[in-house]
Amino acid sequence: MTEDGAAAVAAVAAVAERIEAERDHLTELDSAIGDADHGGNMARGWAAAAEAARDLDDPDTGTVAKTVGKTLMSEVGGASGPLFGGSLVFAAAELDGGVDAETAVAFAETYLEKVEDRGDARVGDQTMVDALTPAVHTFKKSIETDDLPPIEALAKAVDAAERGVAFTVPIRARKGRASYLGWRSVGHQDPGATSTLFILEELLAVAADRLGVDAPETDATSPTIPDEDPDEGASEDD
Amino acid sequence: MKKLINDPDDVVDEMLDGMTATYPDRLRRLPDTQVVVRDDGPVDDKVGIVTGGGSGHEPTHAGYIGDGMLDGAAAGDVFSSPTADEFEALIGACDAGDGVLAVIKNYEGDVMNFETAIELAEMEGAEVESVVVDDDVAVEDSLYTSGRRGVCGTILVHKVAGAKAAQGADLGEVKRVAEKVVDNVGTMGTALTSCVTPEKGEPTFDLSDDEIELGIGIHGEPGTERTETMPADEITEHLTEAVLDDLDLDEGQEVLTIVNGMGATPQMELFVVNRRLQELLGEHGLETYDAWVGDYMTSLDMAGASITVCAVDDELKELFDAPADTPALTTK
Repeated sequence: MTEDGAAAVAAVAAVAERIEAERDHLTELDSAIGDADHGGNMARGWAAAAEAARDLDDPDTGTVAKTVGKTLMSEVGGASGPLFGGSLVFAAAELDGGVDAETAVAFAETYLEKVEDRGDARVGDQTMVDALTPAVHTFKKSIETDDLPPIEALAKAVDAAERGVAFTVPIRARKGRASYLGWRSVGHQDPGATSTLFILEELLAVAADRLGVDAPETDATSPTIPDEDPDEGASEDD
Repeated sequence: MKKLINDPDDVVDEMLDGMTATYPDRLRRLPDTQVVVRDDGPVDDKVGIVTGGGSGHEPTHAGYIGDGMLDGAAAGDVFSSPTADEFEALIGACDAGDGVLAVIKNYEGDVMNFETAIELAEMEGAEVESVVVDDDVAVEDSLYTSGRRGVCGTILVHKVAGAKAAQGADLGEVKRVAEKVVDNVGTMGTALTSCVTPEKGEPTFDLSDDEIELGIGIHGEPGTERTETMPADEITEHLTEAVLDDLDLDEGQEVLTIVNGMGATPQMELFVVNRRLQELLGEHGLETYDAWVGDYMTSLDMAGASITVCAVDDELKELFDAPADTPALTTK
């Protein structure tokens, strides 16, 4: 197995473990504004994806990403299947030539583009896009403009995603099932943005582990949300 | 609640096996999927017509597979969209090289999964177009959609697109006539009782003996208005007026109508509804070209009905008249 491919398989296993650990948390977030199935669907999908990735024979990273995408697409169901999984299948093609800073940026941008197009959502709609967009833009800027090493760019992206998750709380849902609640969606943290953050956090942890460095400090400071339970505002540290 | 099922988890799988066992010379199931296709497909020199969606709406979707209508359909779990890989398998199995038209009902899950599948199929070189049906005039946004829902008018899209494809038209032409139906059809429904999903085993919503729900969808989702129950004529007036308001047709316009049972409505009652519907069309100066009555797109065991009105021109009339031979709909 290529070193990158092995790291990718480890990353998928870590995400699956994290999503399983957060299953009830995600379900709780979703039950407030949706149909309470995000935790269960994502946990089932990522468990299957981890198994499928583990079963691959000497894969490169692109193959791992494609396999995970296909598995999520068939196992998660609903709208999350095409959003989390379908987008990954398309983005995986960017890794065909191997993984470096440049292809990683292309991968991230294609993933974001597919999620935005498929969900017809933009920043401010209270969806996963609110975490994903700032993460991808920050990653790209950190690599291309600030010339940071990829691991530090990824840490900045996690920060940005964390702020994005907090940003979903005070805004009104305009896409996804929560949008049917109209103004009642205000004050709720988006489950899809939250699971997006968890995925990015695990990618960072595995990447740091592989490089034998401590994960760079993430230093997101959540905006202050009046009258909100602080536990609900930002991501949970666990 | 009593149900004629074994295990709720097996009900879709067992239904599909039952369908292919009923029509072994017409229908075949793709291995390891919930996709059903024409036994003799894909048909050479013909655009493939495919659809799919949650189960629980039988005879929608697989009941309309056959000559002059669908080439295949993907069945999701009860009231849940099929996944993108199932739609992808469906498209691949129904593509004879002349392209495929996907008929999608406007539900977020259906649209996203189908669109993902279409993009994947296109990456493999397939030519695929799609139409999204949103004929329910009751709601702008619902529990499951942005915009209007796709309901019983979808059957008319299957019929017209299937007929056009059977005549050997190219993908662009088949899509054009399908969109013509979408642009000219409206539907509204009512529920006398809720449906009971196999999984839950109890009514999805509570409706007392003296209440009805107007503007319901096909998944037991709430309607737009709950009222005291009314005689059939009055209910028919509510539904018809809502549809005609939306369509805003000129006097003398010819229409095709459907009185569709929601799964547990006696035919007797559907005919009572159609009687009043036809009177109302006359009062509006509309001319009935054809009137269909029956269970076309159901909501499990819900009692109630929907009324669909589609304005037709010479081209659509010819396509509605064209032969179709499927388990659930035959035109000669």
